[in-house]
Amino acid sequence: MRKLLNVLYVTSPEAYLAKDGENVLVLVGEETKLRIPVHNLEGIVCFGYTGASPALMHLCAERNVALSFHSESGRFLARVTGRVSGNVLLRRRQYRIADSPEESLQFAKGFIFGKVYNCRCVLQRFLRVHGDKGAFQDVQDAVKFLSLQLQKVVNCQNIDILRGIEGESARSYYGVFDNLILNEKKVFQFTGRSKRPPLDPTNALLSFLYTLLAHDCFSAFETVGLDPQVGFLHKERPGRPSLALDLMEELRPYLVDRLTLSIINNRQVDAKNFIVKESGGVIMNEEMRKVIIASWQRRKQEEVMHPYLGEKIAIGLIPYAQAMLLARHLRGDLDAYPPFLMK
Amino acid sequence: MMVLITYDVNTEDADGKKRLRKVAKQCQNYGQRVQNSIFECLVDPVQFAQLKRNLEQIIEPNKDSLRYYFLGKNWKNRVEHVGAKPTYDPEGVLTI
Repeated sequence: MRKLLNVLYVTSPEAYLAKDGENVLVLVGEETKLRIPVHNLEGIVCFGYTGASPALMHLCAERNVALSFHSESGRFLARVTGRVSGNVLLRRRQYRIADSPEESLQFAKGFIFGKVYNCRCVLQRFLRVHGDKGAFQDVQDAVKFLSLQLQKVVNCQNIDILRGIEGESARSYYGVFDNLILNEKKVFQFTGRSKRPPLDPTNALLSFLYTLLAHDCFSAFETVGLDPQVGFLHKERPGRPSLALDLMEELRPYLVDRLTLSIINNRQVDAKNFIVKESGGVIMNEEMRKVIIASWQRRKQEEVMHPYLGEKIAIGLIPYAQAMLLARHLRGDLDAYPPFLMK
Repeated sequence: MMVLITYDVNTEDADGKKRLRKVAKQCQNYGQRVQNSIFECLVDPVQFAQLKRNLEQIIEPNKDSLRYYFLGKNWKNRVEHVGAKPTYDPEGVLTI
């Protein structure tokens, strides 16, 4: 398995990125805040108004370092991509499958199965740990409901029905998500998923972390030579990384939702770091974003046993491992795509 | 793996000064300058081979000296820092 390299997050708005030899420099005014060799990085993620020199973009594109720009709240704005690389035959196979509704259904089923299974797992784990403290009847009901939905996914024959199953499952899951938040219930009360803009602090956390995950999924597909824009489940739209979004479905509960819950329940966040905008949208301040990024990076470095590969890998490499398995299935080396199922 | 590189380049003549600058530049491309002629480089074996070759083409073997210390994967247990010139951890959280 590949080594997990580091990701540089630039959150201070006055920073400017430049290149010197093989180094990435972060400049604030005249001062060099950081100088790091480019081969230690696999991505650079910028938030706010950070600038970057064309020479640096050149270097990143050449070395396959994913450089992306996001708004302060984490919304994706732009990315520097180099030449299309990888195996043309593999990509052609991907396009052909994406064009055939029957074949894409098989892939879509894998992603949704993973999603529903992992959502159920998040709830079950919660019940195992806190089940005795009170009757979480709602959560138990949701677990039962999700089990039924899993059956439906397996038997599903039509992609629109599958999307329906996904929607119902997500509604049931997010419907009981509030029960899983144990601290500062007032601030972090979760009444439902809201996005663009997120309307409460919990949604702001989720949205921000989903963006970080999307960045990783996108680069994972680029690395294995698949086209991140051609998906099987999500409809294609110009500029939308459909395949990355497909993969995210199964990874969200494990990588993001659990992290969000532990950040809140371990009181790593403070209500005063959230700012409510005139539009009703909630964003985080710079300090808060740094805390979140730090826990995300630490989490990525933890190691888990990959249930399918049977190998210990860093959590941050899971998107890469899944992208690789997907490519293997497309190539015909694997009979089916094994979604990532948490334990 | 982490490799610590130290060098002594003879700078008695202009040629030596040129070599010194070149050696420093090469090391900087692969790692972090922790003290004046000491670099910590987090590299894989291929990158190390490249760096080694580049350096050994620059130096004058009968005047200059180069030393590599291999700190391996668990280098963090083997390094302690006291005092000025704080460094960053290339495997840690990088936010600015």
